[in-house]
Amino acid sequence: MSLLAILGVISSAIFSGTSLLYTTLGETIHQRSGIVNLGLEGIMLISASAGFGITVMTGSPYLGVLVATITGGLVNMILGFLVVTRRANQLASGLALMFFGFGLSALIGKPFVGAKINALPRISLPGISNLPILYASLFEFDILIYLVIPMAFLIWWLLFRTRWGLGLRAVGENADTAFASGRNPFLIRYQALFLGGMLAGLGAAHLSIAYTMNWSEYMTAGRGFIAVALVIFSKWHPLRAIVGALLFSGAVAFQLLLQSSGVQVSPFLLDTIPYILTLLVLMAWGGTRRHAAPASLGRVYQGGQQ
Amino acid sequence: MSRKDKRQSQSNSLLRKALDLIARYALMVLVVLLLFGLILLISGKDPIQSYTDIFSATLGSSYGFSEVIVAMTPILITALAVALPSRTGLINVGGEGQLYMGACLATWGAITFDSLPAWVLLPLMLLLGMLGGALWAFIPGYLKSLGLVNETITTLLLNSVAPKIVAFFVFGFWHSPMDTNKTSNFVSAARLPTFFNSRIDLSFFFALALLAAFWYVMKYSRWGLEMRAIGGNPQAAKRNGIPLNRYWVIIMCIGGVIAGLAGMAQVSGYYGVLLVNFSRGLGFMGFLVSWLSFGDPLGILVTSFVVSIIVTGGNLLQLTSGIPYAVINILLAFTLFVVLARPVFFKRKEA
Repeated sequence: MSLLAILGVISSAIFSGTSLLYTTLGETIHQRSGIVNLGLEGIMLISASAGFGITVMTGSPYLGVLVATITGGLVNMILGFLVVTRRANQLASGLALMFFGFGLSALIGKPFVGAKINALPRISLPGISNLPILYASLFEFDILIYLVIPMAFLIWWLLFRTRWGLGLRAVGENADTAFASGRNPFLIRYQALFLGGMLAGLGAAHLSIAYTMNWSEYMTAGRGFIAVALVIFSKWHPLRAIVGALLFSGAVAFQLLLQSSGVQVSPFLLDTIPYILTLLVLMAWGGTRRHAAPASLGRVYQGGQQ
Repeated sequence: MSRKDKRQSQSNSLLRKALDLIARYALMVLVVLLLFGLILLISGKDPIQSYTDIFSATLGSSYGFSEVIVAMTPILITALAVALPSRTGLINVGGEGQLYMGACLATWGAITFDSLPAWVLLPLMLLLGMLGGALWAFIPGYLKSLGLVNETITTLLLNSVAPKIVAFFVFGFWHSPMDTNKTSNFVSAARLPTFFNSRIDLSFFFALALLAAFWYVMKYSRWGLEMRAIGGNPQAAKRNGIPLNRYWVIIMCIGGVIAGLAGMAQVSGYYGVLLVNFSRGLGFMGFLVSWLSFGDPLGILVTSFVVSIIVTGGNLLQLTSGIPYAVINILLAFTLFVVLARPVFFKRKEA
């Protein structure tokens, strides 16, 4: 197999992994603040369809990305209202949001099925353009891909190096104690949901505007759930989330490599690798208490005004 | 307040409570209809026409009613698959995956033993379907009992794996000569019998029997008591000699058996073929139904019926108004949002 083929596979793996990493970062923020968001799938679908629609209508992919991002944050406010203000069960609320996304995205996206868009432009880095043209074209990425690793570092910095992040993690560990020390768990959880929703929207924007460049119903194909799995896999840490996303896109790349080298392995079985690997990792560190989940993950914070 | 006064005021307020409840439910329905009507208006449809269409097509005719029952069957069964483990405090989000595995194994039976007569083949498929679901639920149950991984996480992960296993078998081995994404139609011996000149099949009666059994076991048997004890306080139950870990594994497997049965019924009754990605969230709907009704048998029956009206109405909206079928999920979601947003109406209990 040629070097070109291998590089091509790596390039496509990077493309498929980007949206996942953004979404995983978003879910990391949610869960660090104590909220399990199973509605990511729905948020991503709505953002992907909205961003795609705006791109078709205005011709500007950047505007599409912006709208998708804001949409993600806003849609997540529904979940915020349910689980923070109304103190509803998080799993059920998330699944309800997922069904909402199935429906709303189908409605938004219907006029744009099969539409052509200006995809997010590829930007060539200075060093890369010296390479032979075939190689160079493989490593011209769009802006969202270049920004995804810095974004992971930014989220890490936000969570672990700022007062706001400390407060957010405190709420995720024990909302009552955080409240007693002067934080507002309600406000912080809303903020976490908005920020996380925007990240999921960004991931969805990359999916529809840069990667697949079209809209179809259920196009996220379970990415929202993969993101939840990757958060656990990465032990609720933004930098380890990079490893998680690499693992997933690595499995995709591996599968493409096998196919191009003529080995017959079902792509569906290879698709299961990230999940099974996550499960195995969880089992491996299951007995230990050290890197356990945020302590009040999934719990309802009743607050002072009962 | 003395005890006597208290009792008196309780009985006085009983009627008012009932009226309150009805008024609140009516209000909730109104809010849902208004919200979804707004969506319909924005997409250029007449909401009132759409609602009358949905109503007349579901409850207005015997055929429509039978279709609601058909849609309700898998939701009711998967809701029970969630409600049973939830009594011991187990959160089984894996109905979706267990349903797929049940469908997968049942299909294997239908394809491999297609020359057997129906009275052998159907029970065999049923057993295989239940085995598939149980297998898929055993993993989270066992990991939970070892104290390694939380069952919520395991079931969620396995949900994503099961449809891919189905896809592997269908695309790889079982697909029909015409389509790559589904099997050939099952032989008639592998189809569940249908009743009343409708698509209602035997699985509906399974569902009712399971519901009754669930109610009876929970209310009158020692197992039900022990399970509620575990759900209430696992450590206390353990100290009282209830074999906690064994219960968790077995209950989880029974949940899987039930969900697997729903999967078998979908391929053998409803579809008659195994289609890749056929479910699109039936297991999740079951989870929501079970959670919204707090695992109460009557609540499960009513809630799954309401959800089925919505789902069936969606089919119709697609035909008459040309809006995508998926849009009905908005109506479903609004209903769920409104119910979830008012949990103070209900007794507070964990899912």
